[in-house]
Amino acid sequence: MTYMKKPKVRHPGLRKNTQGMTRRDYEGLVSTLCAGCGHDSISAAIIEACFDLDFPAHRLAKLSGIGCSSKTPNYFLNRSHGFNSVHGRMPSVATGANLANRDLIYLGVSGDGDTASIGLGQFCHIIRRRVNMTYIVENNGTYGLTKGQFSPTSDRVSKSKKGEANLFEAIDLCTLAINLGAGFVARGFSGDKDHLVPLIKAAFSYNGFAFIDVISPCVTFNDHEDSTKSYDYVRAHNAAMDHLDLVPEREEIIAQTEQGKTTDVRMHDGSLMRIHRLDDAYDPRDAESALSILRKRHAKGQVVTGLLYIDEEDVDMHELLGITKQPLNAVPMRDLCPGNAELVKFNKSLR
Amino acid sequence: MSAVDVAVKSRGMRPTDIANPQFFHKIVDCQWACPSHTPVPEYIRLVAQRRYTEAYMLNWESNVFPGILGRTCDRPCEPACRRGRLEDKPVAICRLKRVAADYRGDISAMLPKIPKKKNGKRIALLGAGPASLTVARDLMPLGYTCVVIEKDPRGGGLMRTNIPSFRLPEQVLNEEVEIILDMGVETRFGHEITSLKAVLDEEFDAVFVGTGAPRGKDLKVPGREEASANIHIGIDWLTSIAFEHTTKVGKRVVVIGGGNTAMDCCRSSLRLGGKDVRVTVRSPRADMKASDWEIEDAEREGIPIFDNHQPLEFMLDNGRLAGVRFARMKAEYDDTGRRTLTPTGEEVVFECDDVLMAIGQDNAFPWIERDIGLEFSERDMPVVDKTTMMSTRPGVFFGGDAGWGPENIIWAVAHGHQAAISIDLHCAGKSLTQARPGPGVSLVSQKMGLHEWSYANDYSEDLRVAVPHADLRKSLRNLKVEVELGFDEKLALEEAERCLNCDIQTVFTRDLCIECDACVDICPVDCINFIANGEEAELRARLRVPAQDLSQDIYISDELKTGRIMAKDEDLCLHCGLCAERCPTGAWDMQKFTYLERQADPSGQPHCSAYIT
Repeated sequence: MTYMKKPKVRHPGLRKNTQGMTRRDYEGLVSTLCAGCGHDSISAAIIEACFDLDFPAHRLAKLSGIGCSSKTPNYFLNRSHGFNSVHGRMPSVATGANLANRDLIYLGVSGDGDTASIGLGQFCHIIRRRVNMTYIVENNGTYGLTKGQFSPTSDRVSKSKKGEANLFEAIDLCTLAINLGAGFVARGFSGDKDHLVPLIKAAFSYNGFAFIDVISPCVTFNDHEDSTKSYDYVRAHNAAMDHLDLVPEREEIIAQTEQGKTTDVRMHDGSLMRIHRLDDAYDPRDAESALSILRKRHAKGQVVTGLLYIDEEDVDMHELLGITKQPLNAVPMRDLCPGNAELVKFNKSLR
Repeated sequence: MSAVDVAVKSRGMRPTDIANPQFFHKIVDCQWACPSHTPVPEYIRLVAQRRYTEAYMLNWESNVFPGILGRTCDRPCEPACRRGRLEDKPVAICRLKRVAADYRGDISAMLPKIPKKKNGKRIALLGAGPASLTVARDLMPLGYTCVVIEKDPRGGGLMRTNIPSFRLPEQVLNEEVEIILDMGVETRFGHEITSLKAVLDEEFDAVFVGTGAPRGKDLKVPGREEASANIHIGIDWLTSIAFEHTTKVGKRVVVIGGGNTAMDCCRSSLRLGGKDVRVTVRSPRADMKASDWEIEDAEREGIPIFDNHQPLEFMLDNGRLAGVRFARMKAEYDDTGRRTLTPTGEEVVFECDDVLMAIGQDNAFPWIERDIGLEFSERDMPVVDKTTMMSTRPGVFFGGDAGWGPENIIWAVAHGHQAAISIDLHCAGKSLTQARPGPGVSLVSQKMGLHEWSYANDYSEDLRVAVPHADLRKSLRNLKVEVELGFDEKLALEEAERCLNCDIQTVFTRDLCIECDACVDICPVDCINFIANGEEAELRARLRVPAQDLSQDIYISDELKTGRIMAKDEDLCLHCGLCAERCPTGAWDMQKFTYLERQADPSGQPHCSAYIT
């Protein structure tokens, strides 16, 4: 790990956003992960996205479980709220926080172990519940923190650093998320920030459960020749479906588009997401086509990246449950608990 | 544009050739800006390690007068300092040089040995200023016989005559001049040269002219002749103070001029009895030639500066100077930035007892015959080769102000080194250009272990340390009391930590890079980019922070696996090494770049040479 502090001094020419912040203001501590870890690039992409979206840092809550990935919220957004929860239990904490204060922007950061092993059940249920949040899995296909065992997202053809074969099929988290009804499902690659940052921005702008599986090479245990999650492998087998442009509401759309190659999606925050489709078979509004592409390309050893599926009509948990627009933690006590007289009246109405 | 150039252009920028020493040299802004290319970061590190004697010797070998320059240098290094672009104030490089001089130990054993057996070559050095002394310093260890001919009774040139002792104590000056004279230089002090032909007739093997720019400009306005008893040419007046011919001045003094000489004149006046001392400048204050710190020092002593004042007339009363009448001026600038000064119509009179004129200096060569094969330009300056310092008459060399007009000490030193190389080659009958030695260069990794680097790369957030001054009342009473006290050790060490170590270069190895972005993400000043190649102007605009300072280069790598290139804007790099620290494959490494400007005697730079390896 790096012992040096990152100097606070910054480039005097660094751009400021509408919050008067520079990108540096969204940073956290210097990472203690291995040098070159894909997770650090994802942290940088999150910083970039939050800066671009002009987020007031104090309106954002970052939540995580356990693992290398779940350590990373310490390395970005150190002016935001944070909760480092129990292994695999980030979804419960996120659900609770979201119920109490629906006004915050929620970012969950998890890993392949935290989400696909110990937390798989929680993962399924947070999708079912449509919690309005961005859920990022930093997927390196290995248990890095416990010295490189296979994780449930390791591909069957992938080998360990020592050459051991993997006996089990991988869980494809994107397939799982689409099947469970997630309204926004995407896959990115930590080694391609130009592609990843717009995905993260789109996920933040989506009203509902937005899931991004980010392939993130583990430089220490899973960046070798026989790995399917190494920098080289993913670069060689990356099947990118799209390139996204997220245009904020206040800006005019000037991007030239080729007829029939783009899909425009109006996001809830007023911004427009323009999807430049790179593959003819791909239709981001069609879950069936997404599942089919994922299955077929995976069989060919390819890594499908891009916005795989989006349901513009999806509603989030608060709407499903008909919860008041005012965050529950801001509702005055006398409204939350109107007193015994009201209770008696209510009970009577049920008799 | 050739066909090849067109082809290259369409692909974008060429990869940087780091084997060309000038690429990394330019990144060491201070060393690059210094006329004699003193290895600044290296001596600042030595100061930080409290190895003052070595720091002094490194300077001495490079710029000959560290104690003098540590007080009086025009410091081209400081405006160049990267730290000044990051936060305003550069590292106090000049003051750290003085620290090395102030706290050094005995250096006598470290000085070059002068051979008892001479090589039989005799060199005449005309003038005993910094240029001539540098030539002597470089040639004496090689066995040359050097003869210095000087009109003043002592050596030092303008360092003695034009710099007041409250800025440069005589003892400091004497020490550094005597180191050179003690090498066995023959001196003819008090000997004014009236004919170059006569010198050439003595059959020297080479003649070096380092006679400076000794003629102060005069101002021909009405009353000049009549009031001449109380109107003095600034540099001549300062000289007569240095040799104690002048010991007082009138109570009311008007100084005309806005350069460093004017600042020395007004401050000297205060110390010789002046009570109401004013500086008047023709131009707006912002255009004054004096260094900012010299203006500050004058103002700190309570001297007002009246800008936009053009002298019209010296006024007399009973045949004696009574005052100066000025026209108030207004500066206007056209689109190209050209200035015109026009009178506003308003006039003012400053009453005074003495006027000091410090409006510039000229070269004067009435003593050089024009029929000896030595060409003069239209501006009546000798025609001198910029590289070799030789005039059109083989064997006659020029340097310092005599060669190129008024500059400052550090330039004179740089010229002296080059002239000495040329004289040595000339005496050996070799080509002055082809046989010229190139710079000594090395590039060595500073990695000591997993997270260990051989230099202190922690960024100090401290602001520039101010130099303590002597008590004003005390220093104004005595011309010889030095105003600046210099840093004490504590302040010096604090200031030394502000140096960014710009000579520790970020070196990129394309083949090792896996494009993980770790360096991009960690860089505190966003200087690293992995992007598609393109033409320079377009590529500069596409960087994480657009690179607008065209004087600063972009470090470009060969094409990487993804087809992109690495492009690093060198402008604000902190040289903190975080990129190398966070690089998983060692594609980035911190390597110390050393650049040594060679001198006539290769063995005469043992400390500089040791620093190279």
